[in-house]
Amino acid sequence: MKNNWPLWEVFVRSKNGLEHRHFGSIHAADAEMALENARDVYTRRNEGVSIWVVESKHITASNPENNGELFEPAQDKVYRHPTFYTLPDEVKHM
Amino acid sequence: MSEKEIKNHGTGQSLSLEEIFEQRIARDEKIEPKDWMPEKYRKTHIRQISQHAHSEIIGMLPEGNWITRAPSLRRKVALLAKVQDEAGHGLYLYSACETLGISREELYEQLHTGKAKYSSIFNYPTITWADMGAIGWLVDGAAIINQVPLCSTSYGPYARAMIRVCKEESFHQRQGYEIMITLANGTPEQKEMAQDALNRWWWPSLMMLGPTDAESVHTAQSMKWKLKRKTNDELRQQFIDQTVPQAELIGLTIPDPDLKWNEEKGSYDFGEIDWDEFWQVVKGHGPCNKERMAARVNAWEKGEWVRDAAMAYAKKQEDKKLKKAI
Repeated sequence: MKNNWPLWEVFVRSKNGLEHRHFGSIHAADAEMALENARDVYTRRNEGVSIWVVESKHITASNPENNGELFEPAQDKVYRHPTFYTLPDEVKHM
Repeated sequence: MSEKEIKNHGTGQSLSLEEIFEQRIARDEKIEPKDWMPEKYRKTHIRQISQHAHSEIIGMLPEGNWITRAPSLRRKVALLAKVQDEAGHGLYLYSACETLGISREELYEQLHTGKAKYSSIFNYPTITWADMGAIGWLVDGAAIINQVPLCSTSYGPYARAMIRVCKEESFHQRQGYEIMITLANGTPEQKEMAQDALNRWWWPSLMMLGPTDAESVHTAQSMKWKLKRKTNDELRQQFIDQTVPQAELIGLTIPDPDLKWNEEKGSYDFGEIDWDEFWQVVKGHGPCNKERMAARVNAWEKGEWVRDAAMAYAKKQEDKKLKKAI
């Protein structure tokens, strides 16, 4: 088999006002077919109002092995959160 | 984390990657595709998820047999939708399986060469319309019992696929039971047809929940990885206890003379399962093994020119676009 259909990632917006969310993947020969297949596979019960498809090879993903460097620096920056700052009790709604 | 970091981590105790991995699962953390995992975890998951996907795909065949002969339009649209769901479930599961680094072509290859198994229940024939009722009620009923615990299994993509599958599955069982109710309340011939289907599907449905705990080689490891939350025998008991009253309600008799309510344990005692039959079917000697596999391989091979044509068309469109851009 040389002519295997490439893999596509499927993102679906379940209703307007919400973001597209990753739903899974499918195989298709081109983008148009990927949309059609995604519709049949992932939205048989009104799960979506909009679909994005992107060929899987175009996604660059971070490597969990680098999670330390990538995400740990955020852990000790408590001053980025409102609870870090003290306010007099009298102040409401801030 | 690198191996060195892990050794210096926390108490100074050195933990192997594998121990860290087992601890994550014990804490109910999910494992995602790019995370480090033991080779055995990857292999076991490929085996189970692909077997599950293959079962959905082969499972369409016995029911597809009745779509054109459904007794009413209502029954026909329901059966068509059910079979379409099964195709969908197969595809969710194949895509979850592919995140473990195996291609769709390899998965199909394993199915077509018999290297990978699918659920043995689909090697039984569907000889009357009542079989559509019995399959929905019993086979999907047993499948739901098997599948619900998998919604919280440790491998993220599998768990997410299973949540979607389980949401869609309960209509399958209801439409089957409704067929049985209708037949059981119909003419004597119709009721007899329903009883006959129950007689033929009851024991294979019990076998579907897997070999007894004593015989099951994968149970211990699978429990640890949350690929299983209850043993085969526990699941089987649950299936029997919930199904027997459903049969009684519609006046059908479970074909097991030893079936008896056990007040003390609060569940049913049941007769001996013919495990020889089970292993015969697993090994390829069931009534329809050859037919199922031939239909599947035929569909794949005869569809090759369509897949090739679609790729050729896609390439042509792409080339056209490029030319225009220049």
